[in-house]
Amino acid sequence: MKNRFVLILVVVLALVGTLPVVGAQDGPFRVAAVAPSATNDLAFSQSMYDALLAIQEEMGADNFEFVFQEGTFVVDDAAVAIGEWAASGEYDLIIAHGSQYGSVVEEIAPRFPEISFAWGTDVNTFGLDNVYAYTPAADEGGFINGVMAGLMTESGVIGVIGPIEVGDAKLYVDGFKEGVAASNPDAQVLVTYIQSFSDVPLATEAANAHIANGADILTGTAQMVVGPIAVAKENGARWFGTQSSQAELAGEAGVMFQVYHWEVVLRDIIANIKDGKMGGESYVLTLQNGGLVMESAK
Amino acid sequence: MIEQILTASVFASMIRLATPYIFAGIGETFGQRSGVLNLGVDGIMLMGAFFSFYTVYATGSLVLGLLAALLIGLLLGLTTAFISVTLKAEQGISGIGMYLFGLGMSELLFQKLIGTPKSVSGFPRLYIPVLSDIQFLGIGEIFFNHNLLVYLAFFLVPVSAFVLNRTTFGLMIRAVGQNPEAADAMGINVARVRYMTVTLGGLFSGLAGASLSIALLNVFQQNLTSGLGFIAVALVYFGRWKPFGVLAGALLFSFVNALQLQVSAIGLDIPSEFAVMAPYVITIIALVFASKQTEKPTALTKPFERGE
Repeated sequence: MKNRFVLILVVVLALVGTLPVVGAQDGPFRVAAVAPSATNDLAFSQSMYDALLAIQEEMGADNFEFVFQEGTFVVDDAAVAIGEWAASGEYDLIIAHGSQYGSVVEEIAPRFPEISFAWGTDVNTFGLDNVYAYTPAADEGGFINGVMAGLMTESGVIGVIGPIEVGDAKLYVDGFKEGVAASNPDAQVLVTYIQSFSDVPLATEAANAHIANGADILTGTAQMVVGPIAVAKENGARWFGTQSSQAELAGEAGVMFQVYHWEVVLRDIIANIKDGKMGGESYVLTLQNGGLVMESAK
Repeated sequence: MIEQILTASVFASMIRLATPYIFAGIGETFGQRSGVLNLGVDGIMLMGAFFSFYTVYATGSLVLGLLAALLIGLLLGLTTAFISVTLKAEQGISGIGMYLFGLGMSELLFQKLIGTPKSVSGFPRLYIPVLSDIQFLGIGEIFFNHNLLVYLAFFLVPVSAFVLNRTTFGLMIRAVGQNPEAADAMGINVARVRYMTVTLGGLFSGLAGASLSIALLNVFQQNLTSGLGFIAVALVYFGRWKPFGVLAGALLFSFVNALQLQVSAIGLDIPSEFAVMAPYVITIIALVFASKQTEKPTALTKPFERGE
């Protein structure tokens, strides 16, 4: 009888002891993310939003929850959101999806060592143990697009519409130029940086200028490419894209798209955090690790 | 080198880029001449751009799309007039409120009703027999190879100048903007005139939005105008509250913009930062030299209180 009581007591204590642990493991992994443009921009912000949705699908909605604050181009607004999320203590990971948010992460992260932060596109973790950094090797897909564009062009003129000459935009454009040079050294690649990620009217006229100067192939990066894509369609030119697939919008003009799959990075980061490693590592999306995928037009 | 840069396509690009500025700037001119500053132009443009785009996307009818832009422009123009004239709100602040409303609401509706950027078949370029074929100096390509809304914008400039300078309505607008007390004493209904001009400004802003989403770009995206409406307001000051002045400002700004795009499109090695800065720098310089304040409506931004 006594032995049975002791056995029951041990079992009960063991169950009680394990319950909180089981509860913590079963609780959803919670992520908050801020991005500069809309989740349907067919570009940078959408690539992260789609990745979070993919992770949610893999882990199940009960195990993975996220909030996404889009259209936050103003860095101060992002700082407020990141600060509030961190102070609330409700999130396991806070993602600042935009290279302009770097200084905010650098400032806020040290105050919340128990929370993990991730930001990109960059490789700098600021020497902080709770900051991850991520960036795409956008020049890889840029090179492939460039090789194909060089082989396809009949006029020998290819137009590029870029936003600002930094980050993955610069990587993509530089890779694209090298690709064209590799497959068709005689082709001309003309690049216009419009100094804006969002100015669709200006990007559209930049594309028109390339067409007027003989371009039969266009490419570009950032969310303002919706204008140039429409120009390509209207003028029978072909379009190469990056960041997200723009196949649906580009229709017959579309050829090839380099698509960012941030879920490759997110999977690792989430696993690390669950193992107690809060940061201090930077990731690069590549074609080899599956973070960059080339998708052809439909 | 000069022939390589100053091509007909650069001037054609200038005409296209200037179109939304002309619509919005002319509309704003009417309001400001009557004494009402509307800083919400960009928000009304965004709503006009969205509603016209969505209507064309859903129905395929360009006429209905245009009507949708006019209708939303009218409603938001009336709302602006109600806030500025009836409620006598501080015009700068309420204008920013209207801008933020248009920015947020157009984005929300876009997300809920369309979801992702799509393109529509907008107003096609009109071929005008003989004129479109003129090769001399590229005149055909520069002036006669555009869609209907581009022609409408340029047509509205002389019409607006005529209305403002040669009609009784124009005289009433100017009187209300210069000296509302005197106008009131002469029996002019100051509030009614201001309601009409601000609503007209809303209509034109709606058209400016439609000229982007269903004529020049044929797509819609969050914040499609990228602050273009604010430049239109600045062009009214630049144009010294005259339709032809606004036209000149819009053309200058757009010309320098088209030029900087051409410079990079032909591969000239000029830092893009300088090229992109150029339209703004040149406009500011021109503004400094043209800053005679004499034509400024003296009652601009001042709500009218009867019997003051």
